[in-house]
Amino acid sequence: MSVMEQDSAGAPARASLANDPVVRGYFFQFILVLGVVILGWFIVTNTLANLERQNIASGWGFLGNTAGFATSQSLVESSETSTYGWLLYVGFLNTLLVAAVGVILATIIGFIVGIARLSNNWVISKIAYCYVELVRNIPLLLQIFFWYFAVLRAVPGKREKWSFLFNSFHLNIAGLRGPKPIWGPGAEWIGIAFLVAIALCFFIARWARKRQEATGQQFPTFWTSFGLIIALPVLAYLVAGMPMHLEYPNFVETGPILLQGFELNVGFNLIPEFLALLLALSIYTASFIAEIVRAGIQAVSHGQTEASHALGLRNGHTLRLVVIPQAMRVIIPPLTSQYLNLTKNSSLAVAIAYPDLVSIGGTELNQTGQAIEIIAIWLAIYLSLSLITSAFMNWYNQRMALVER
Amino acid sequence: MTNSEVFHIRTEEAPSLAAPASTSGAIGWMRQNLFSSVGNTILTIIGILIAYSLFAPLIQFALIDAVWTGENRDACLPQEAGEHVGACWAYVKAYLPQFIYGRYPTEEIWRVNIVYFLFAALLIPLAIPKVPFKAINAILFLGVFPFVSLVLLTGGDFDIGFWGWGFVVVLALIGVVIAAVQMFAGGQDFAGVKPVLLAFVGTAVVIGAIFTLASIDFGLPVVETAVWGGLLMTLVIAVTGIVASLPLGIVLALGRRSQMPIVRLLSVIFIEFWRGVPLITVLFMSSVVLPLFLPEGVTFDKLLRVLIGVTLFSAAYMAEVVRGGLQAIPKGQYEGAMALGLRFWPMMYLIILPQALKLVIPGIVNTFIGLFKDTTLVLIVGMFDLLGQIQSSFSDPTWSTPTQGHTGYLFAAIVYWCFCFGMSRYSIFIENKLNTGHKR
Repeated sequence: MSVMEQDSAGAPARASLANDPVVRGYFFQFILVLGVVILGWFIVTNTLANLERQNIASGWGFLGNTAGFATSQSLVESSETSTYGWLLYVGFLNTLLVAAVGVILATIIGFIVGIARLSNNWVISKIAYCYVELVRNIPLLLQIFFWYFAVLRAVPGKREKWSFLFNSFHLNIAGLRGPKPIWGPGAEWIGIAFLVAIALCFFIARWARKRQEATGQQFPTFWTSFGLIIALPVLAYLVAGMPMHLEYPNFVETGPILLQGFELNVGFNLIPEFLALLLALSIYTASFIAEIVRAGIQAVSHGQTEASHALGLRNGHTLRLVVIPQAMRVIIPPLTSQYLNLTKNSSLAVAIAYPDLVSIGGTELNQTGQAIEIIAIWLAIYLSLSLITSAFMNWYNQRMALVER
Repeated sequence: MTNSEVFHIRTEEAPSLAAPASTSGAIGWMRQNLFSSVGNTILTIIGILIAYSLFAPLIQFALIDAVWTGENRDACLPQEAGEHVGACWAYVKAYLPQFIYGRYPTEEIWRVNIVYFLFAALLIPLAIPKVPFKAINAILFLGVFPFVSLVLLTGGDFDIGFWGWGFVVVLALIGVVIAAVQMFAGGQDFAGVKPVLLAFVGTAVVIGAIFTLASIDFGLPVVETAVWGGLLMTLVIAVTGIVASLPLGIVLALGRRSQMPIVRLLSVIFIEFWRGVPLITVLFMSSVVLPLFLPEGVTFDKLLRVLIGVTLFSAAYMAEVVRGGLQAIPKGQYEGAMALGLRFWPMMYLIILPQALKLVIPGIVNTFIGLFKDTTLVLIVGMFDLLGQIQSSFSDPTWSTPTQGHTGYLFAAIVYWCFCFGMSRYSIFIENKLNTGHKR
């Protein structure tokens, strides 16, 4: 408390102990801790009594039991015989998947729309404005319902399809299907080549920066890196004897009616729940990111642009070397919280039964009644995701902020 | 070479240049903003195409092909009404009372109407800066209106029970004990302990009065919260959440800036915990786990449990908003208040908070917009807010048509959009209004 800022060393002699800020501080904190402890004790004893009355055995043992239900999407091996704990892990991976893809998509859309809002072209900037004001003022859950029930249910039924992109991708009520890469023996060399390419790019970037600082000569780092990242894996692919082919989805049009439609487990399949959630999450979050980007760019004073033009830099260079590095410092902190929001909002998956952490946990909660344990797992995972993301972003933010004198 | 040889004497007038392209009027404006270069022209055309492909089907669906009147699904069926059937507004019209009142009994709807009317009558003058009597208006809105509407909506006649009255008595006793300790151990006279006594005993008396009011039988039939729904539910959750989270948020924000380490630590833990978890898990927690925390025999209404969860959740966000306001107040204001001899709480409510809260009105409105949108999540724990009510109306065979879902979602989107967009405009208006004096 601010009262404590008074100089307590030279306290007047006749002031009572009750008016000493330090003593009062200790007293209040003691009362607070006491209150929290009593509240905690109250909750724990009540919970134990209630659990005993309802015959619920608390503990983590249920995680090893067979769940008896399967998920519609799984990144790892899982079936009806998987355990509760394993299915929670499957759900956790699904959450991470939709959050990661959503973050990338939302960032791309958000930056495009944010820059479009600053466009000199009246039509483009108004379209961006309408997008932002329309999307961010409608609840996310409604948007998820819209994409899932109104859009992805309006596509053709199981035995029909819409095809696009040279007949390689197909959309119907069972989701989006496309070619799936099948890796043969020796395919690991492609991955290794890719990693080597990334490492090379890193070193080239460092060397190019040093050389530019020393001699002023520029090196086309971007195009070299781009070429390396494409060329090395392709080279490895050719050298290893082309150990990869594409498996195209197989659409059955004849035969028994129940077997018509896409053959199961052939080709690459995105379930409609994932598509709806991904679209809704990224479009919704992109509207907030667009505003952040716009505010960030506008926060860089126009004098910077003018000075850069006066130095002879072109528009592209001005944007890339002068405006964006400064705008990023304003953009990153709110951008972080949008990424966190997107991750937390992915829990709305439960409304359309996309098998994410909350959705699977909810099913398990209903089956086992282990409410406290499952909610504790949810809270722990989301809290640690939040803390990890903000820690990473703080680190990145510090790096960006170092540019400042 | 002499100088005279390089003289050039113009013998005829220079040809006059063409008039510069007009920069005024509609054509000039279009030339500058839409077609200034080839790239710009392409962008303009792409933009117009995008806008057309988005808005033309929407207008076609919502207005041109729409069905406005009808008794049942036959009016909106393609077999009956023709080839293209758009939005089935007749269905929305038939369901409108449910969307606004939920399944509230028809003969008791006047009670909800009074609450809606009081809400508007108290909120609108509060929101317009020029209208006088702000203080009394705020007291009526934040202090009296919630309890009047509580009694009106539920029917009153609550059983407060042992724990409720016990809480009031304990609160009053705490005040008396602190005052006694200060008088006998601290050597203060009665005038010195009056504020503490007033704060605790006064709060206890107010809560006791509310309990008494709530336990009076006014003869209104009791309406279970299970039949509340639609816009009523949405507004009850959003408004209660924001009104209840404001004081809690202020306390947490002060706690986070406190110099007592334990107070600060507990506030930070509380705030970061609630901000780090999704609202859905909070709702699951309040509907499944909260009953386990209570002693045997004590049960909470489901709506009340959700309200507690929503309040704690938004209090954490509110605390961060208020903290922003507190940080914006120059240190001189604190020092000035302390130099005048004010203690902590008088300093806060006389000097700091009035300035800080005024600064963060836009932030509070934005938190409210977020909460308003988030109320839709309660449908996941089985309550019927506006979206939940619309969603549940889809199962009615009387109106089941191919476009029913689209119409329902469009209606929900329009309602939510109007509320949220209106509030965000208001927040911008207040921001501009406050932008004059305090900016440093």
